[in-house]
Amino acid sequence: MPRPATPPMSEPAPAVIPLPGPDDTDRLGAALAPVLRPGDCLLLEGALGAGKTALARAVIRALTHPAEEVPSPSFTLVQCYDGATGPVWHVDLYRLSDPAEIAELGLADAFATAICLIEWPDRLGRERPARHLLIRLDDAGEGRVATLAPAGPGWQAALAAARAAARGAAR
Amino acid sequence: MTDGRGAGGEFTVLGIESSCDETAAAVVRGGAPGPGRILADIVFGQAEMHAPFGGVVPEIAARAHAERLDLCVERALAEAGCGLGAIDAIAVTAGPGLIGGVLSGVMFARGLAEATGLPILGINHLAGHALTPRLTHGLAFPYLMLLVSGGHCQFLAVLGPESFRRLGSTIDDAPGEAFDKCARLLGLGYPGGPEVERAAAGGDPGRFDFPRPLLDRPGCEMSFSGLKTALRRARDRCVAEAGGLRRGDLADLAAGFQAAVADVLAAKAARAMAAFAAAHGPGTIAVAGGVAANAAVRAALQDAAAAAGFAFLAPPLRLCTDNGAMIAWAGVERLCAGARGDAAIVARPRWPLDAGAVPVAGSGRKGAKA
Repeated sequence: MPRPATPPMSEPAPAVIPLPGPDDTDRLGAALAPVLRPGDCLLLEGALGAGKTALARAVIRALTHPAEEVPSPSFTLVQCYDGATGPVWHVDLYRLSDPAEIAELGLADAFATAICLIEWPDRLGRERPARHLLIRLDDAGEGRVATLAPAGPGWQAALAAARAAARGAAR
Repeated sequence: MTDGRGAGGEFTVLGIESSCDETAAAVVRGGAPGPGRILADIVFGQAEMHAPFGGVVPEIAARAHAERLDLCVERALAEAGCGLGAIDAIAVTAGPGLIGGVLSGVMFARGLAEATGLPILGINHLAGHALTPRLTHGLAFPYLMLLVSGGHCQFLAVLGPESFRRLGSTIDDAPGEAFDKCARLLGLGYPGGPEVERAAAGGDPGRFDFPRPLLDRPGCEMSFSGLKTALRRARDRCVAEAGGLRRGDLADLAAGFQAAVADVLAAKAARAMAAFAAAHGPGTIAVAGGVAANAAVRAALQDAAAAAGFAFLAPPLRLCTDNGAMIAWAGVERLCAGARGDAAIVARPRWPLDAGAVPVAGSGRKGAKA
């Protein structure tokens, strides 16, 4: 029997991280990477060209190798990497038309065993993991702003790392 | 009836391709350096179903691929007018691509090989594209290849049937993907390439100052991701000024975007040709992939080739998009080079053509479920 969703007790407040330039996106990705563990899921929201793949690339490079090739996953849907702390899945769900296909992709397993970076997470429907970090990217002047909204426990370190990266950049 | 395995240096190969959205099977006969004879070439495309999604709907389920593979192979053999008895080997795409598709192709080919006793060859999908100019024109090694499609963009020095040197690739989006996303941003249909090209007709490519990414850096690496950001912002400015996109805006945006892609490809092609010529002298630049069908891109590449003293070759479009004939041909090439079959074929979602040649950590690693 599906239980009614427990109302969020006291989720930490979202972190709002200004990203004036590409370096700031790289810095945010590099800050988040070390605190991510298998089972962590980042949902990346934003318009076409908002910088979702750029942020994912920064996270993946920090978890693998600074020169790792991180092509867009739009065509292949999933790109997998061997990260320092376990497998990393970079997923673009835009082309999916039916949440049933999530199972075919093997995403349910990946949510448990890998660090998952999911673009176009609205396609997840009911498959959206209850515990996730939602990162929304919006335009802000010539740059962007990232809003990190945690759901479920255990995101304090990620939020703190993101805020520290933003403070470091502002200095 | 078979005329003998390898008779006259010729082989007949059944090719199976299911690494992306298409399921395809073909029978090709020939020998290196080509051209080969395509006896059958069956592609189960889904293009007609794609439009509502602004992109190809991927067939993720391995079993759906497998069902179509059965039919594809059956039809290919019927069209070729030969049974499996006339086939010398089975060539199958073993990567890179969507895991479900690659797996089902490899499993299917393995089963068929087991049942028939035929040797099986695992083919890199990109090698299939890269060797197509030999299938169609018998082009001699070495030559320069630009693969430019929805999923790929790279310059390759093609040195032999299994010897490729990558001179540069996109570091983010492939141009075909960029065209599809451009079409999405402009409210155009799918596939994006032809739609953008149509919308760009009569447009002013100079009205918007779209970036030419990475032209300021040496080398043949390309980037197309920033273009869509620039396009989206230009579109939003137009909408803010006029309350919506006027026809002229649409044409100018599309033309500007297309010109930027063409400029980047042509400028990087010039560098790739210079690098190729330094090692081998001027030769031929061949272009494969759906994006080569774009007239502006093609014209820019032809101009660049002429300026560099290179011949320009583009195989027919049908053989530039995903197909089984190129996989069969890559199998022919390997047989001619002495291969007698691969003992074990593993599906490899990630499989760089020049594994090891590029200093990248982890290239060649197996992807999930591989």
